[in-house]
Amino acid sequence: MFPFIFDWVSDASHFVFMGTLYAVMGLLVIALHYCGIRAFFDWLCKKGQHEH
Amino acid sequence: MKEEHGHRPGKKTYKYGMVIDLDKCTGCGACMVACMAENNISFRKDETNKLVSNFWMRVYKITNGRSFPDTDVCYIPRPCMHCEGHGHHHHTPCVSVCPACATDYDHETGIVSQIYTRCFGCRYCMAACPYHARVFNWWDPSWPKGMEKYLSPDVSPRMRGVVEKCTFCHHRLQRARNKTYSEGRREIREDEYQTACTQACPAGAITFGDLKNPEHKVHKLVEEGKKKKIAFRLLEKLGTNPKVYYVSTKDWVQKAADVYLGEEGKPVTHA
Amino acid sequence: MDSALIPKGVKRCPFGLFLVWIGILQIPFLIGVIAYLVCWGLALNQTYLNNNYPFGLWIAADLGIIALGGGAFFTAFLRYIIKIDELKNIVNFATVIGVMCYAAALGILAVDIGQPLRGWHIFWHANVHSMLTEVAFCISCYFTVLLIEYLPLVLENREINKFGFPRSFAHHLHEAMPAIAAIGVFLSFFHQGSLGGVPSVLYGRPFAYREGFLVWPWTFFLFILSAMACGPCFTILITRITETFAKKQLVKRNVIDILAKISGWLLGGYLVLKIIDTISWGVSLAPSVGAPAGSFYANQPYGWWVLITEVGILGIIPCIILLSTRARQNQPLLILACLLNCAGIFMNRWIMSVQTLAVPVMSFDKFFSYHPNWAEWASTLMWVWLSAIVISISYRYLPIFPQEKELNPL
Repeated sequence: MFPFIFDWVSDASHFVFMGTLYAVMGLLVIALHYCGIRAFFDWLCKKGQHEH
Repeated sequence: MKEEHGHRPGKKTYKYGMVIDLDKCTGCGACMVACMAENNISFRKDETNKLVSNFWMRVYKITNGRSFPDTDVCYIPRPCMHCEGHGHHHHTPCVSVCPACATDYDHETGIVSQIYTRCFGCRYCMAACPYHARVFNWWDPSWPKGMEKYLSPDVSPRMRGVVEKCTFCHHRLQRARNKTYSEGRREIREDEYQTACTQACPAGAITFGDLKNPEHKVHKLVEEGKKKKIAFRLLEKLGTNPKVYYVSTKDWVQKAADVYLGEEGKPVTHA
Repeated sequence: MDSALIPKGVKRCPFGLFLVWIGILQIPFLIGVIAYLVCWGLALNQTYLNNNYPFGLWIAADLGIIALGGGAFFTAFLRYIIKIDELKNIVNFATVIGVMCYAAALGILAVDIGQPLRGWHIFWHANVHSMLTEVAFCISCYFTVLLIEYLPLVLENREINKFGFPRSFAHHLHEAMPAIAAIGVFLSFFHQGSLGGVPSVLYGRPFAYREGFLVWPWTFFLFILSAMACGPCFTILITRITETFAKKQLVKRNVIDILAKISGWLLGGYLVLKIIDTISWGVSLAPSVGAPAGSFYANQPYGWWVLITEVGILGIIPCIILLSTRARQNQPLLILACLLNCAGIFMNRWIMSVQTLAVPVMSFDKFFSYHPNWAEWASTLMWVWLSAIVISISYRYLPIFPQEKELNPL
């Protein structure tokens, strides 16, 4: 799974397979964080409006 | 994976294999017993259900299906075939499917081995093997009281929930390597590495050695058998490329090595 | 008692009755839990699996459940990528069904493997050439995608939605849903296909082995297509079961009709390819290894009837019903077609996994029969009961059916 694990081989199959996997996982993490951060700022703005 | 990167260019490679003379085999089962004792194969009090029994070497009894006086019997000892598979990467049926690299094709020796501590018991390799050479540990390993003292210290007993199989007594190869190294030699002699089943066979039906080495008896037997058209391998048409050869002068035995050729509605014969 | 949690404008049964219903479902569920504990505690000798049948009900169920759960990705694909707007009325429910199908698949794998505590080895020591590795990675990732798709539904619960952050988070998740759904579709194509590859790369098993395109055997594509064909039918079936228990209509019939029609066309396409595949296997691949196709159907219970039932009764009949507008709009016929279609997929997956192992390859090998024992049945069915519980809770507290208010005004 990682290059430091015993039996890892730096060949095309590993790069394609693991590359796709990490790309997918990365996209999911980015999407979740993007939504979370935007929601957090929405909440901050609304909180600010209420306080004013 | 190992099967792709295991080969080191320039390093001398071997192709350990077996020749089993079916005309000599009496079906005594000594090879099975020797294998179980040598490789610490556990067993239970009641071994009636052979489908969950643990065998690395199994002797099948087949008949030509004819009635007396034409009936004929043959015994087929079946270790792991250590398939070479096809293609440059040795696309062995079981090695290529294992999801956790827990089974390995050694390019130096041609031996297919199992890494018990890495196997998580998905049994995909068992599904891949048409020879039923792989068995699963359905139970925790156990031996009758006191018998554990007789276990071989060179072979690790397997835990429940993992797959195991014949290793061509790989620990004996390690031992032979150590011996050669300590004696300052490079080459392992033919008699220094022999499997337990080979040595136990009272009829001398099993021969083991390097199939690539013209000096080894197995090489000669295969070449001779091929010339006489009496050497064959199990399920050759599937392309598994086994390293276990069989020799028999009987035509019906040679045919029995092929894929099942039964007819619809008829039971599987010979068994 | 729990009225504050129930979505506005809809009616639900009394809380006491709901508890009784959940209590009833818990009984068979707990039997399943016992089966799990027995298998984990005493090892897999507690099942009828053996060295001839290393794969049994569990693997067949896994393949089947994932195909049925294909309704989630395919409906999401039609809704968010092809933009069939009407499907927004059923996509939420398809997601809930998908979550449970994939949870079941992972849960069943956890009991099927001999060393469950080493399950992580499949990731850690991954053999990228193994179909099972591809399946494991994709299923895990896609289950995460389904949970993300399910999350906004939970956040839209009346009480949770009162808070600013969850409300806004759910809103933004909805906005990002097309992108998330696209990832889900990508993952689904691969793992549905890889599941087809699991038996078909076994060249030592000529019954299942297939040649193909690049590294993918032909069944890779057949499995994708069949999952797309049966997934929507399963969604329809569960929707109708839910409607029966809820005693009201929850989705308009035109929405169901769209899914049924698409399902019919895909099933038709799948059947054509399946028949071509079977014929080419029978006339070329099987004889090339020295065995006539008939020899693979020589041992009962796996005779020719298996193929005829799978393709004919459970394939062609539902396909005809789903493709005919009149038949499709006849509700009992539609339910029958969905039932047959889903049963056909299960049968196909059973054949590809269990029958593959049942067929003796060596001439001197004996044929043995296999049937699952109580522990295998209970642990597999446990997921049906758990899914019923989750669907019941989701239906009661979450706004899953957007058309419910309109169809059932208070």
